[in-house]
Amino acid sequence: MTGQIISLFRREVALATRAGGGATMGVVFFLILVALMPLSLGPDLALLSRIGPALLWLGVLLATLLGLDRLFKADWEDGSLDLLTMSEVPLALTVLTKTLAHWVTTGLPLVLAAPLLGIMLNVEPKGLAVVAFTLLVGTPALASIGAIGAALTVALRRGGLLVPVLVLPLSVPVLIFGISATQSALIGPVPMTTPLAVLAALSLASLVLAPWASAAALRLALE
Amino acid sequence: MRLVAQGLACRRGGRDVFAGVGFEVRSGEILELRGPNGVGKSSLLRLVAGLVDRTAGDIALQGGDEELTLPEQAHYVGHLDAIKPPLTVLENLRFWGEMLGEGSVEPRAALEAVGLSALAQFPAYTLSAGQRRRLSLARLLCAKRPVWLLDEPTTALDRASRETLYGLVRAHAADGGLTLVATHDDLPLQARRLEMRRAA
Repeated sequence: MTGQIISLFRREVALATRAGGGATMGVVFFLILVALMPLSLGPDLALLSRIGPALLWLGVLLATLLGLDRLFKADWEDGSLDLLTMSEVPLALTVLTKTLAHWVTTGLPLVLAAPLLGIMLNVEPKGLAVVAFTLLVGTPALASIGAIGAALTVALRRGGLLVPVLVLPLSVPVLIFGISATQSALIGPVPMTTPLAVLAALSLASLVLAPWASAAALRLALE
Repeated sequence: MRLVAQGLACRRGGRDVFAGVGFEVRSGEILELRGPNGVGKSSLLRLVAGLVDRTAGDIALQGGDEELTLPEQAHYVGHLDAIKPPLTVLENLRFWGEMLGEGSVEPRAALEAVGLSALAQFPAYTLSAGQRRRLSLARLLCAKRPVWLLDEPTTALDRASRETLYGLVRAHAADGGLTLVATHDDLPLQARRLEMRRAA
C-alpha cells in the first residue's frame, strides 16, 4: 500500500507542477495581495510593521483558497475518482495523500514566500522568521480543512465560488491561534508556546479527522 | 470463482432505475447486458464496482480473495477515461497499474497490446478519442483483477481496435476471469445475455 500512496503522491505533484497545474498561482496572488497593502493603507512604516504579520497570515489564508476547487474536481470529472475508490487504499488515505501533495505544491511555497513578502511590509527580521514558522505549523490545517470544502462541492457546477464560503468560517480558529502565536512571540505577554501548541494541535487534529469527512463527502458525490 | 447477484435494486436521484435484477457469472464467462438507453446497464455496472449503493439485494464474489472487497477485485472501464492530459501516455498507464494493484503486464507491453507503444512518450492530450479508449483498455492488462466491468467498450474504436478488444476479453475469459459488458453492438464473443427491462 505504501507503494500506491507514493505513486499517487508523485502523480499529484507532477500534475500540479506541469503546465496548467496552477501550483504558482497562489504565490502570485499572495504577492499581489501584499503589494496592495501599502498602497491601500498608506506608507506608514510603523503601522505596516505592527500589522504586517497579521496581514501575511491573512494573505496566506486567502491564497490557499485559490487552488482548492481543483483538488478533487478534476479527478471527479475525468473518472479518476471512481478508480481511486476501487483501489485497495482506503479513500480517507487517498484524500490525505492528495491533501499533503496539495500542501507541498501550494502551501509550502506560500510559507517560503511569506518572509520575502514581509520585507515589503517592513516586518522586522525576527518577525519574518516567526511568521514563517507559525505558517509552517498552521498551513497543513488550512489545507485539510479546505479539502473538506473541496470535497463537499465536487459535484456542483459552480462549486468553486462556494468553497471559500464553506472553508473560511472553519478556518477562523487556525487564523486566531496562528496570529496570536506570532504576536506573543514578538510582543508578549503570553509565552509563544501556549497558542503555538493549540495551533499545532489544530493542524494535527485536522490532518487526522478532515480526511474522513472529505472521504464521506466524496462518496456522496459519486452516487 | 462465481459472481452471484440476487434481487438487486438501484435508485438514483429519486428514480427507481431497476429492481429485482439477478445474475450469476462463473470463471471464464462473459455476461452481456442488453437493453434500451436508460434501462440501467451503466448503473448496474457502477453498482457492481461499488460506485453506486444498492437499495436492495445482494452481490458477492465467491472464491475470490477473502481479504479484498469486490470493487478491489474489479476493473471498471466506463464513459470517463481517467486520463490526465498533461501526463504522458506511459505515465498515465503506469500510475493506474501501480494504483490498482500488482501489474501482470509491464505498462510498455500493455501499450504494445493495444497498439499505442509509438505514442508512449507523448502527452495524453495529443490522443484521439479512440486512442484514449485504447489507453483505458490497456489499464485492464496493467493490473491483474479477475472481474472486468466494461461499459460500452467499443465506443470510438475502429475495426482493428475492436478485434484487439475482443481478443483481450477472450484471453481474460480463457484465463478464468469474469467479464460483464454493457453494449448495443453484436459482439462476436461467447457471451450469455441479460436482458434488462424498465422498472415498473
